[in-house]
Amino acid sequence: MYIKLKNGVVYDPVHGINGEKRDIYIRDGLITRKPSSTVRINQTYDMKDKIIMSGAIDIHTHIGGGKVNIARMMLPEDHENDLVSKTPLTRSGCGNAAPSTLTTGYRYAEMGYTACFEPAMLPTNARQAHMEMADIPIVDKGAYAVLGNDDFLLRMLAKKNDQAAISDYVGWIINATQALGIKVVNPGGINAFKFNQRSLELDELNKHYGVSPRDILKALTRAVTELGIPHPLHVHGCNLGVPGNLKTTIDTINAAEGMRMHLTHIQFHSYGTEGDRKFSSGAGQIAEAVNKNPNISIDVGQILFGQTVTASGDSMLQYAGHWHAHPKKWVVMDIECDAGCGVVPFKYRDESFVNALQWCIGLEIFLLIDDPWRVFLTTDHPNGAPFTSYPHLIRLLMDRSFRNDILSTINKDAAAHSILSTIDREYSLYDIATMTRAGPAKSLGLKNRGHLGSGAIADITVYSNNKNKEKMFSKPDYVFKDGELVVRKGKVTKVKNGVTHTLRPEFDKSIEKTLHSYFEKYQTVSLENFKIDDDEIVEHGNGKIVIQPCM
Amino acid sequence: MKKRTKIVGKITNNVACPFCGILCDDLVIQNKKETLKILKNHCPKAISGFEKQVPESFPKIAGKKSTLEDAIDKVFLVLKKSNSPLITGLGTDVNGMRAVMHLADKTGAVLDHMHGNALTRNTLVLQDLGWIMTTMSEIKNRADLIIFAGTDAAKYQRFYERVIWNKQSMFTRQKNKLKLVYIGEKLNTKLGISPTGKKPNILNCKTEEIGEIISSLHAIITGAKLDVANVAGIKTKKLEVLAEQMKSAKYGVIIWSPADLDTPHAELTIQSFCEVVKYLTRITRFAGFSLGGDDGSTTSSNVCAWQSGYPLRVNFNKGYPDYSPHHYSTYNVLKNKEVDALMWISSFSAAIKPPRASIPSIILAKPDIKLNFNPDVFIPIATPGVDHSGQLFRTDSVVSLPLKKIRKSSYPNVDYVLNEVLKKY
Repeated sequence: MYIKLKNGVVYDPVHGINGEKRDIYIRDGLITRKPSSTVRINQTYDMKDKIIMSGAIDIHTHIGGGKVNIARMMLPEDHENDLVSKTPLTRSGCGNAAPSTLTTGYRYAEMGYTACFEPAMLPTNARQAHMEMADIPIVDKGAYAVLGNDDFLLRMLAKKNDQAAISDYVGWIINATQALGIKVVNPGGINAFKFNQRSLELDELNKHYGVSPRDILKALTRAVTELGIPHPLHVHGCNLGVPGNLKTTIDTINAAEGMRMHLTHIQFHSYGTEGDRKFSSGAGQIAEAVNKNPNISIDVGQILFGQTVTASGDSMLQYAGHWHAHPKKWVVMDIECDAGCGVVPFKYRDESFVNALQWCIGLEIFLLIDDPWRVFLTTDHPNGAPFTSYPHLIRLLMDRSFRNDILSTINKDAAAHSILSTIDREYSLYDIATMTRAGPAKSLGLKNRGHLGSGAIADITVYSNNKNKEKMFSKPDYVFKDGELVVRKGKVTKVKNGVTHTLRPEFDKSIEKTLHSYFEKYQTVSLENFKIDDDEIVEHGNGKIVIQPCM
Repeated sequence: MKKRTKIVGKITNNVACPFCGILCDDLVIQNKKETLKILKNHCPKAISGFEKQVPESFPKIAGKKSTLEDAIDKVFLVLKKSNSPLITGLGTDVNGMRAVMHLADKTGAVLDHMHGNALTRNTLVLQDLGWIMTTMSEIKNRADLIIFAGTDAAKYQRFYERVIWNKQSMFTRQKNKLKLVYIGEKLNTKLGISPTGKKPNILNCKTEEIGEIISSLHAIITGAKLDVANVAGIKTKKLEVLAEQMKSAKYGVIIWSPADLDTPHAELTIQSFCEVVKYLTRITRFAGFSLGGDDGSTTSSNVCAWQSGYPLRVNFNKGYPDYSPHHYSTYNVLKNKEVDALMWISSFSAAIKPPRASIPSIILAKPDIKLNFNPDVFIPIATPGVDHSGQLFRTDSVVSLPLKKIRKSSYPNVDYVLNEVLKKY
């Protein structure tokens, strides 16, 4: 069966197509070349003047797993203003900062997103993350396994095990947890917090293991490289939210020593200590460092004003930040000699100097980094703002006068401390297509997604162009998932299940012997049950696994 | 634990036991002609759950034997006629609960769990204050002071073996340095005598006085001087000693079991635990741990939260999830006649009986359940982790485990029954 999208204006950065009028053909869920004139086209959509991009990909969004579910349970007030009724097609639920899984899937699809990646899957909680993601309809899913605070790795580093063994362990974790990448959160700091350390600098030692965050970053960066994992090590660095952390971030970039590294929600790691309030923007220096180091990619973690909830694996710094909880309740957990988490509700206020400057810092980073292939659009949902604010964020990037209008309403001191008003840059549709489609797909190693070339999965979003980019990106005209129309005029018209993207890097299986003995002695589940079978995703989750190739 | 018998028949290793909330997953079970025997790592609950021979049972409509198809048809008809059903019990696995959620959305049902009171005691604290919590492997390796508040954990038979008197641990936890404290009444404190004979510290008081004791400890820890000689019958001096131990612990844990705190406003007692843990974390590391999760209660609350946004006690009657942990209890909605049909689901235990109500009733329960009334429909159902595979959450709400099918069963799964009902809509 052939479907033809006729006369659309296509943005496909992978193929260098920048707003050209093209026809797109879909056959059996894939984008295909123009068929010969004798072939019958079963369905034709007239896309005259409409903007066509591949489906958007969110590289960092907390959509499933323990801490998200804690946020849901803790915050009934979050849901009350955004209750979602059932329809003949869709299930009920709720939206906002900690939305239900079903609503999460519908809303992402309705915004033109066709793939979302959970960045903080704790290995011991991986099963839950996959169970929740199984209940997120329409979009494709995947997750990065979190390492770097697990006692197993720290024991290896303390014992100075060779890199090959560490890489085997990382490979084993990816396989066992059905992950697509590796993330590290406050390397070593979460573990140190369990020994009552309250902060950990890049070169400071975990007092039990004598291992520094730099050691951990080095070992994991190498493991990711050696295993051929397409997505670089996904780094939530040390000192999140701490004024002055811009130095840590630049040191971390240097610690990569030229190897690929992804620094996530970098806005939260770009703070200086200048000025009367000892809080200033480090965006200029951070952007300069990113521009100079082509091995580095980032996502921003933009904050937007309003009530949200911060949900993070970084128990050390979530504990430190709990004094700012709004409303005044918060959760911190130590988890299974593996990881931790902290859930702290928070309200970003535009009249607050700090929050307003955070808003400026995020936008400055977006606008000062030259290469949109290495910057991804995120709010670190829900930590900076709920993902539903992406269209607003896109307008801030594409529309300088709109940006300056809002700048004029926020805390005046913060606005005065920011160079934002002096930046003329406006993102183009091509830039947006790069940072929300082509770039993330490339970074994750998803070769047949994020573009509109022949052979690509037909995940396609079609917009009506509008001067108001927030309106345009809020409500696509059409969204196709695997070639099927799933959204029309911003509303779900068909519910189906996306796939789960995973990797199967090769590793020396003899690592299981060491792991087996570790599990027997120190863990409270067996090694065999820790591993997640394909069947748990396929049969029990009614899903499908796609194994992406390693490099 | 030791081997119990010679190995014959099919042996399954690493079986997770679904019959209490701590989900031991090291059982070795032998299947000899569909009769199960636990060869290693048993406890009385596991033996009863896995080994008990159950007489054959059949679906019944109004007490009369029927086919499964007819029974499912009847379930549909009862629900179709109902304006506001109650689906409770909810003793099932993740997939069973997924089907419950779908059916509740479809029928506009109220959802509660058979252990809803215990679940709600904790949830109220989470929603009012939050907490600092830990998990079983952290206790096993780190805890050097454990306070059992209002529970002796005796219901969780292998808890001591697995995380209190464990032979191996990673850090400073040396068995003779581990301090145990019991606060409460009628507790089996003998469980807290270490293998080397070291006795635990015991503070006897009524269950409703535990909060007062914990709050007094909290006050002492903040530096306050109590100008009373006793608190709830405990000498202030003794509390001062304990407060000092709490401050100097490297990793302290307060363990409670919300089901054991069965007093009015027990959430305030739990709140006092969480308050003192939060205060102590300013100085050292301390955490809470809640023991419960029986009959899939942690599972049903989690699935309900991710699919609806709310933990249990949700009403779907308005077409969207309406959450009210006080209002939508099984007891209240039956007493207030707010529901006009009842569905009870219990696939792990035959001991807890469904409520008796003068409305049409559907019972999905273990084949050996003894009912003192004839419900409109009875369907004997399979047990997850014995008769079919599945997934279940542990009490800490972090770890979930795969459940195995270890014997053949002629009984249907909860999710099969409910999905068949859903197909009829």
